[in-house]
Amino acid sequence: MQEKTHEQKLAEFEARIARGEKIEPGDWMPDEYKKNLIRIISQHAHSEIVGQLPEGKWIPYAPGFRRKLTLIAKVQDEAGHGQLLYRAAETLGKSREEMMEELLTGKAKYANVFNYPTPTWADVGVIGWLVDTSAVINQTMLAQTSYGPYARAMKRICYEESFHIKQGYDAVATLARGIPAQRAMAQDAINRWWYPTLMMSGPPDKISVHTDQAMRWKIKTKTNEQVRQEFVDLIVPQIRALGFDVPDTNCYLDEATGHYHYTQPDWEELRRVVNGDGPCNAERLAVRRKVHEEGTWVREALAAKQSKTPKAA
Amino acid sequence: MDTQWETYEVFHQTKRGDAHVHVGSVHAPDPQMALQLAKDQFARRLKCVSLWVVRTKDVTATDYQDDGFFAQSTDKSYRDPKAFESPEKAVDDEH
Repeated sequence: MQEKTHEQKLAEFEARIARGEKIEPGDWMPDEYKKNLIRIISQHAHSEIVGQLPEGKWIPYAPGFRRKLTLIAKVQDEAGHGQLLYRAAETLGKSREEMMEELLTGKAKYANVFNYPTPTWADVGVIGWLVDTSAVINQTMLAQTSYGPYARAMKRICYEESFHIKQGYDAVATLARGIPAQRAMAQDAINRWWYPTLMMSGPPDKISVHTDQAMRWKIKTKTNEQVRQEFVDLIVPQIRALGFDVPDTNCYLDEATGHYHYTQPDWEELRRVVNGDGPCNAERLAVRRKVHEEGTWVREALAAKQSKTPKAA
Repeated sequence: MDTQWETYEVFHQTKRGDAHVHVGSVHAPDPQMALQLAKDQFARRLKCVSLWVVRTKDVTATDYQDDGFFAQSTDKSYRDPKAFESPEKAVDDEH
């Protein structure tokens, strides 16, 4: 049988995607598809790992035992999501060790939002409510992705993220029913997280360098703008229903389109924060490195155990 | 230190009698540790009564590229119960 040409393979690949079939690890795929996926999935994995830190620091101070247990469970979920995603990226030929190395050396990128500080308890609630709502909209879209292992990881992750949103909303709703100082604390957190959360969906389609190809091969099925608009349409009524203000005086329901109009975030700030120059980038990486070092004995113990395990016959 | 380790495929059973379903994979230095990590990763929330772990490299799989493997050259309808007359229908037709 004659070997198929690159063009034939590409045509078959694109036809498979057009039919809504999933691409699996053993399948032929264009290098650009593989590269784009490794970039997206590994950044997603790093975001989950770093995402443990801003909220994790509140575990010792969580108000009440139930909220402490809830927060521990949430942070454990983030670690689990990181593992699922590193495994998904590994199916494309990049090792977990390589990816972790890139994170620890500061070479890897991850979601902008985790580079902002969490000075109050309200930040924990607002991250669960706003940031995770935005994440779930993005991840529900990604559960439709054309790459099988990523889609399967997303389904499990979305299920767990819905718990994250609920617990975050619950924490903020409790503050909303509280004394004026608690309401003010929640409003302040909403004010600080609003724009970073809007940025999280990525730059506008016209300046995003990856969108076209990601859409063409159904790595993504919605553009950054679509995901962001969905988030705004969902969250603005929720914020107002709790009696809080959306920190954008120009945010209103456009009767003609049925969508909320909102002020664009500062895209230059997003570029800076993602490239390492945000308020907490250095702190996050320093903590991550320290934790990695402190965990060395665990890895050594496991490695010693492995050398004692008889190899399968 | 090499902590890349082998991977193990994880199979999860929700209740006795159900099939074990593939849910994902974990890195582990040995099968016992793989079970422990699989529990933390795949059974920390929903009900689970049994887990299997299998070294990924011990799984022998078909190749998606080899579509001839599953090709059916002849009519296989004689294997399908719906291709035959139903005794219940004969009883219904009587009445």
